[in-house]
Amino acid sequence: MRNIKAKLITGRVLEQGIFKEEKMCSEYFDAVSVCEMNKKDMDALHIKEGGKVKVKSEFGEVVVRAKRDDGNPSGIAFIPMGPFANAIVDPNTYGVGIPQFKGLDVEITPTNEKILSIEEMIKSYGGD
Amino acid sequence: METITDVLCPVCGSLCDDLIVDVEDNTIIGVRDACKMGEGKLLCQGRIKSPMIRVDGKLKEVTYDEAINKAAEILSNSKRPLMYGWSSTVCEAQKKGVELAAELGAVIDSTASVCHGPSVLAIQGVGLPTCTLGQIKNRADLVIYWGTNQSHAHPRHMSRYSGYSKGLFSEEGRKGRHVMVFDVRHTETANVVDEFVLLKPGTDYAIFSALRTILAGHSDVVPDEVGGISKEKLVETIERMKSAKFGVIFFGMGLTQSRGHHKNIWNAISLVDELNAHTKFTIMAMRGHFNVAGFGQVLTWETGFPFAIDFSKGYPWYNPGETAAVDVLNREECDSALIIASDPAANFPKRPVEYLAGIPVIQIDPYRNPTNELADIVIPSAVVGIEAEGTAYRMDSVPLRLRKLVDSDYLTDEEILDRILKKVRELKGAE
Repeated sequence: MRNIKAKLITGRVLEQGIFKEEKMCSEYFDAVSVCEMNKKDMDALHIKEGGKVKVKSEFGEVVVRAKRDDGNPSGIAFIPMGPFANAIVDPNTYGVGIPQFKGLDVEITPTNEKILSIEEMIKSYGGD
Repeated sequence: METITDVLCPVCGSLCDDLIVDVEDNTIIGVRDACKMGEGKLLCQGRIKSPMIRVDGKLKEVTYDEAINKAAEILSNSKRPLMYGWSSTVCEAQKKGVELAAELGAVIDSTASVCHGPSVLAIQGVGLPTCTLGQIKNRADLVIYWGTNQSHAHPRHMSRYSGYSKGLFSEEGRKGRHVMVFDVRHTETANVVDEFVLLKPGTDYAIFSALRTILAGHSDVVPDEVGGISKEKLVETIERMKSAKFGVIFFGMGLTQSRGHHKNIWNAISLVDELNAHTKFTIMAMRGHFNVAGFGQVLTWETGFPFAIDFSKGYPWYNPGETAAVDVLNREECDSALIIASDPAANFPKRPVEYLAGIPVIQIDPYRNPTNELADIVIPSAVVGIEAEGTAYRMDSVPLRLRKLVDSDYLTDEEILDRILKKVRELKGAE
């Protein structure tokens, strides 16, 4: 299986901000269920724009769509802040109160697995 | 149709106050001069219709009284309730929340703890050489964005207050300012500035240390490259900073959420402090939600501390790392949670959300979001800045008054909290 190692950065994107009061709509889902990488990293995975990838860290794994953004240096993966990024970030606060949202080691592989809806994701956490 | 001018935007910490809103039949039908985020919120129609209580796994509509009484009952019976959120509501509601937290002996915390909490810790340690956004607009000739993507997170900040704005002593606007971005990614903000400096993730602290060392006249001990930036570029940056008439560093989550956290900001503030021996230099946190800064103000004047307060001892106890929301959820300590004006199910890591899903959760919010999916009681509120008025603090700690634009049958956050507080006192009195 092809894979790459990367540092995960999470953060705001405009579309996430536009729909942050309508998070159960498809536009918000589309905005936050992606992993941005540059062309070189996507080529290394043999994945095209919109192809599904599994992003795995020490703290979990999540399936999202690949999105090309050449602003990311090779070895940097960006997932917009939201339920998908948070499925794999480090919850430990190391004495400061803030979890580790940026700079995590992750492994990215192409996948055929399903991308969970936000409702399914929360349900998998024990939500009703 | 009524046209309302000078409307404040209840979205991000820029708190733009120049929007034009068209209202017809008590509905907003048009918004001008807002960014897409502001337009999105002001025109948003998707609301929680009614208070709800979860019965057999499904949320069922109830009256405000039923939801508020049940919420008060849960909170009164809890040994260690968590009260979290607060950043998208006004100071008047936040003040009422602090009163309720004190009454309950609760842990109360805002979204700052997953955002600029580390900045607050650093500011407590070394102070803050800062100013207002107006001073930057009128005077700054060197604007640096460090670990912040303005174009996406604060879309009008550059045109209203910083890089592109024209002011009293900066009549040339963009032409008269040198604008730089330091980031680990070439963001859209980087496309519109004079210089983009790429740095390696997690090296901000080392870069600030190198800049301070060069400023102190010891560039001979600085390595050829620090954090992916050449020594030559670092020396050039310091010269540019020293020769500016008025410089500013705006910093974002790139510093607070990266390795080093508060120490990164501590070091950045120290650099700015030292630059003031040469010229006027300032620094400012790019606060996210429109009133996250206000909660820090309210909590500080009420308790002496800015976030992550534990009232369980009968007095305010402040120790981020122990008393922040994610801390108490990670340790599985709290036995209920009141979530207001925020969405931790979307914005917290998986482990604290899993714990939240297993305890009684009361949610007060105008909008449906992932926290709805795990809430046991949902209490819809009026949208502040649209259906309710109140005070909010801009990112530079300037208080501004949000206005009511349309009428609504929804209770305000303040009214809901007041009714919960009265019921809690009634229940406690009956014990």
